[in-house]
Amino acid sequence: MSATSSARARAWRRGFYRFRQSLLSVVGLTLVGLLILAALLGPMIVPFPQDLAGTVHTAARFQPPGAAHWFGTNELGQDVFSLVLAGTRISLLSGMAVVAIGAAVGVLVGAIAGFFAGWIDELLMRLVDLVLTVPSLILAMAVAAALGPGIVNMVVAITLSWWPGYARLVRGEVMAKKNEAFVVASIAAGAGVGRLLWRHILPNILSPIIVKMSLDVGFAVLTVASLGFIGIGVRPPTPEWGTLLAVSRGNIPDDWWTAICPGTAIFIAVFAFNLLGDGIRDLLDPRARR
Amino acid sequence: MVSFIARRILLLIPVVVGLTMLVFAITRLVPGDPARLAAGPNATPAQIEAISRQFGLDRPLPVQYWRYATGLLHGDWGMSIYSRRPVLQDLRDYLPATLELVLAAMALAVVLGIPLGLLAAIYRNRWPDMLTNVVSMGAISMPRFFLGLLFQLGFAMALGWLPLSGRFPLDEDVPPHLTGLLTIDALAAGDLHACWVALQYLALPAIAMSLSPLATIVRMMRASTIEVLQQDYVTTERALGLSQRLILFKYVLKNAISATLTVIGLYFGWLLGGTVLVETVFDWPGIGLYATSAILTQDFMPIVGVTLCIGVLFVVVNLLVDVIYAALNPRVRLK
Repeated sequence: MSATSSARARAWRRGFYRFRQSLLSVVGLTLVGLLILAALLGPMIVPFPQDLAGTVHTAARFQPPGAAHWFGTNELGQDVFSLVLAGTRISLLSGMAVVAIGAAVGVLVGAIAGFFAGWIDELLMRLVDLVLTVPSLILAMAVAAALGPGIVNMVVAITLSWWPGYARLVRGEVMAKKNEAFVVASIAAGAGVGRLLWRHILPNILSPIIVKMSLDVGFAVLTVASLGFIGIGVRPPTPEWGTLLAVSRGNIPDDWWTAICPGTAIFIAVFAFNLLGDGIRDLLDPRARR
Repeated sequence: MVSFIARRILLLIPVVVGLTMLVFAITRLVPGDPARLAAGPNATPAQIEAISRQFGLDRPLPVQYWRYATGLLHGDWGMSIYSRRPVLQDLRDYLPATLELVLAAMALAVVLGIPLGLLAAIYRNRWPDMLTNVVSMGAISMPRFFLGLLFQLGFAMALGWLPLSGRFPLDEDVPPHLTGLLTIDALAAGDLHACWVALQYLALPAIAMSLSPLATIVRMMRASTIEVLQQDYVTTERALGLSQRLILFKYVLKNAISATLTVIGLYFGWLLGGTVLVETVFDWPGIGLYATSAILTQDFMPIVGVTLCIGVLFVVVNLLVDVIYAALNPRVRLK
């Protein structure tokens, strides 16, 4: 027991060493850490909390960035820094929710399809193919338009186009694992299907799932912002980054900061999660390391 | 090869039928009454009821789907409340603009992405490779709508090099309609000036749209080239004293490209999705802008129509990619 645990500890240390070697992964990890901090504390530490509720200051419209307003003020005189900071929570939370729910549904569907094979597999995989025939952003757009505005509806809409990728991945992995000796042994020992999948197969296929999830978060954040930008999803005054950008894009070039700041926030968040995702993939998937 | 193509086209039918079922399901996701959405936000209860009867919404779901599917075949894709025209007619008018944009973006991405990826693989782990890596990661992370906005700010507003938005100047004559792709139509009419003008309008949206697939193609091409470079036959060719250039262009490129090609098909879907964002930024009069204006006016049938249209396009493009793939790689068509 102690021999395996010390070997495991050594593997972890080696992994972290490799991770640290890659400058970009460390940059990604740091940025994601800061973003999570901003998401947790954001709404509490913003300099102008009343602006989040939609208060209008006509006298303070379009003030350029300065000491009082770091990112300037917008067409309603609201502090752009406060809005962008508070928006971190919405973007991160909805992005992570999409990936988490999408992965959960996909893992369930994929595991059932891969384990039972036969007509269940055929049926579920045709469903997966079907959802994948429409580009995810377009599918999410149509579903969100049908469901109506709101953060929950937006997350549901994106998730509906998100789970098939996981279902495909998990199905393949489960099919590869289910004939291995340890699975056959636990079937012989009388393990039920649920226990078999949950306790024996899932832990063994976890790393490709984690890799996909970490690579997906940035893309999910981007999709949330995209829907906000085309006017689906949350409505003002909720400070969602894509919505902020859509509202203020008419302000360029004169009052550029109102659009540039939320846009840059989207970029940094997506970039950070993508860098981190690449790092995690290199760590967990030795074949991808080149 | 002919039987391969015929088989693939036959396989298309169930996919398209499935697609119509998916789209039909979306129209039934609407909370409450789909007739209310079809009738528009300001309809009276009597109007809603009339539409409900007209569309057979009081009938069972399979009957409704059958009506919907046969309607699609007869060209009935619903009406746009905003334009007061059949959706299919609107789509026919707006689709060429989208195709022109998507094809231009794809061409840019492929033409630049393949050599850049090859370059990164040859200079693997040296500075050209690292630079490509960081830049392509940045490009993938960049929201296309924000990039478009930055382009407008820089190249149109500050520098004044290129037009801000739109597809063609209002005060100039549009080249005679042939394909609907303005650059091609202008060339066909021998009007070089109009072609140049159309290209200027096309430049910023096409570049904004191409950057993310470009970056992905670079990364794919790099990875597949590195894989091919490690194959035994490449080592043999080196040992035989073949020149680096001959090995790269005659043997490595063809094998590396066929792996990248499937990704290009997938990214065509990503581009079609992206048209919604980029067309909105640049007021490009394609089906993407048509969809987003429909969202703002709560005009539901155009959104459904655009979804179906993009789905069909995506399926057809993937078929084309499969055919090209099979032409490049005989092992595929023998399966």
